[in-house]
Amino acid sequence: MKHEIAIQPESTGRLRRLTALLAKESIQIVRDPSSILIAFVLPLILLFLFGYGVSLDANSVRIGLAVEAPSEPSHSLAAAFRASRFFNVSEARDRRELEPLLIAGDIRGIVVIPARFGGEVSRDPRTARIQVLTDGSEPNTAKFVENYAQGVWQNWLAGRQSGGSAAPRVSLEARFWFNPELRSRYFLVPGVIAIVMTLVGTLLTALVVAREWERGTMEAMMATPISTVELIVGKLLPYFVLGLGAMALCTGVGVFLFGVPLRGSFLALLAISAAFLVPALGQGLLISSATKNQFVASQAALLSGFLPATLLSGFIFEIGSMPKLIQAITYLVPARYLIPSLQTVFLAGDIWPLFLKDIAAMLGFGAVFLFLTIRTTRKSLE
Amino acid sequence: MWRRLRALIVKELLAVLRDPRSRMILIGPPLVQLFLFSYAATLDVTNVDIGILNRDAGRWSAELVQRLDGAPTFRSIMPISRLEEAREVIDNRQVLAVLNIGEDFSRNIATGKPAKIQVILDGRRSNASQIVLGYLSAITNDLSQLIQIKDETRLSQVKSAIAVRHWFNSNLIYMWFTVPGLMGTLGLLIALVVAGQSVARERELGTFDQLMVSPLRVHEILIGKMLPPLIIGVVQATAFLLVATLFFEVPLRGALALLYVGVVFFLAAVIGIGLFISSLSQTQQQAFLGTFLFAAPAILLSGFATPIENMPEWLQLITEANPLRHFLVIARGVFLKDMPALDVASNIVPLILIAAFTLSVAAWLFRQRME
Repeated sequence: MKHEIAIQPESTGRLRRLTALLAKESIQIVRDPSSILIAFVLPLILLFLFGYGVSLDANSVRIGLAVEAPSEPSHSLAAAFRASRFFNVSEARDRRELEPLLIAGDIRGIVVIPARFGGEVSRDPRTARIQVLTDGSEPNTAKFVENYAQGVWQNWLAGRQSGGSAAPRVSLEARFWFNPELRSRYFLVPGVIAIVMTLVGTLLTALVVAREWERGTMEAMMATPISTVELIVGKLLPYFVLGLGAMALCTGVGVFLFGVPLRGSFLALLAISAAFLVPALGQGLLISSATKNQFVASQAALLSGFLPATLLSGFIFEIGSMPKLIQAITYLVPARYLIPSLQTVFLAGDIWPLFLKDIAAMLGFGAVFLFLTIRTTRKSLE
Repeated sequence: MWRRLRALIVKELLAVLRDPRSRMILIGPPLVQLFLFSYAATLDVTNVDIGILNRDAGRWSAELVQRLDGAPTFRSIMPISRLEEAREVIDNRQVLAVLNIGEDFSRNIATGKPAKIQVILDGRRSNASQIVLGYLSAITNDLSQLIQIKDETRLSQVKSAIAVRHWFNSNLIYMWFTVPGLMGTLGLLIALVVAGQSVARERELGTFDQLMVSPLRVHEILIGKMLPPLIIGVVQATAFLLVATLFFEVPLRGALALLYVGVVFFLAAVIGIGLFISSLSQTQQQAFLGTFLFAAPAILLSGFATPIENMPEWLQLITEANPLRHFLVIARGVFLKDMPALDVASNIVPLILIAAFTLSVAAWLFRQRME
């Protein structure tokens, strides 16, 4: 073999070496069902959960309602709470009956209409007091209960002050661009793509290459005429294709099954995804050649790849709301540049100035990771 | 039997902790993550940039802008002169929302007609947009009441008609919600990975067969495999607990013992799942990816970030099989609500069932290998 290659012109030799390497890596992927599981089954599970189940918008919160003394106003207010589609009301005469339910988490709030309420309403309904207790251990739900209780109260009040003048004079007419019906699956599909590409790029690559180091097959490869760069390209290209395949699957399912629009061009989507895979793969490779141990590599990939891509990318939690220091850290997370571009290409369209900025940042990170990988790989040979 | 078992436990612990990098990765990064994500994982929306297209020269739009300016949510207000400009700044994500105030706004209010403001929000970030719309309507509601009552002090009187008290967390500090949640989520990941690797690693290295031909019985092997992740998990939970109470000052109102009981059963259930996956896998890679296949949906379906109550009924039913879901109720309950032992117990029962089921399946799979 060696002799044959030696007498070949350099360029064809390189090509042959590379194709041989690519074939080897691709066979490895196809043979191990776990890669396919991560690249194609996990995305389907995630999309399915996001599409049908997980949602950030509370539809109907279970609350308790304590009417401490019957009176005409308290009855009508209680009826207003019962009628609200935002609440699922269970009633009691005494709020002490409801408190254990709040502690157990069976209800998320208690509305108390006090005994003196009837009397206060007959004096001036606008200053009659009711009490709302919420389960502060879930701050978001607590705010939801507060806001909608306020809403029920105001509507009820407006209804009582029959004159029509109580309707709010200044009103907002909200229009949500790109996602007028506020479907949460619209913004979750780009998130799933980001997560899955991080998994394929960083996690899978880190594991596979770390195993080669563990078993010593990496050294064996190094001893062949393959150069470091060829080796890296050979390692990365199959996972690059796998990552794009996973992205295409997510896009297909998102667009055709869940009706998520793809308003930008497929070309832009491809460019953004491809640009993201460079740092994702680079990071995976860097982790594996720095750790050379599957267990450590898996943990490092999880902690530096997957978790930041989920939590620090702006996919679920708004980056602008984080403390300054954490905001600064998010600039080091490649997925942070992917999410805005993906959301835009799906929901808004081709806005190239935005894409190019993000693509440049991602490629920059990729270059740094690959440079570091080449350096650590070379060093370990000496 | 005890000697055999002890030897096995020592061996299992060494397998994980011998390598200094493994030791480090089990303790250092999770703590860093706890710090990082406690600060990051907030569904509050602050520092929002908005744009205003104000074509009204009257008093009320000025009043509105002033109120927006004073609101802590908004970082900057960008004046916009044309509707096309609004499109541009939203497209490029420079602002999250644009308020479009028509030229007859103040005039309408003065003549008693309803005054409308158009708000354009970036639907790509639908969550943040909805929350911001909530803030905006609170401000315009205040404004309408001010218009009606024409008196600031009366306004505050009307507003206080609803006395809201947030129990367990009166200032709704988001971290008090996140930190106990992260304790569970990071604990899940570590215990799952350590347990998941244990059998698969031996199989890959070929030492599993040696273990099987040793005088150890199946249940002894199982205990030997269970204890190291359990010990690591409890140590880690203790570290998290210290950080949560001392650094983040999350109040620990309930009984510490109850929390530890919860931790142990939670870990047992998670380790059961880990060993189950591990004994199905041929290689470490398969085991790791398998644990991941479980962990990602488990975190999503736990109530860590999105409430279980929002999910459809059938999905809520599935979450019953998720140990993290039950542990989060215990962790948040004991920390903030001083949850009574009975409520804790009703969440421990499912954990025991999960542990019993997964561990017996794992034992059965071991036995299959032996014959």
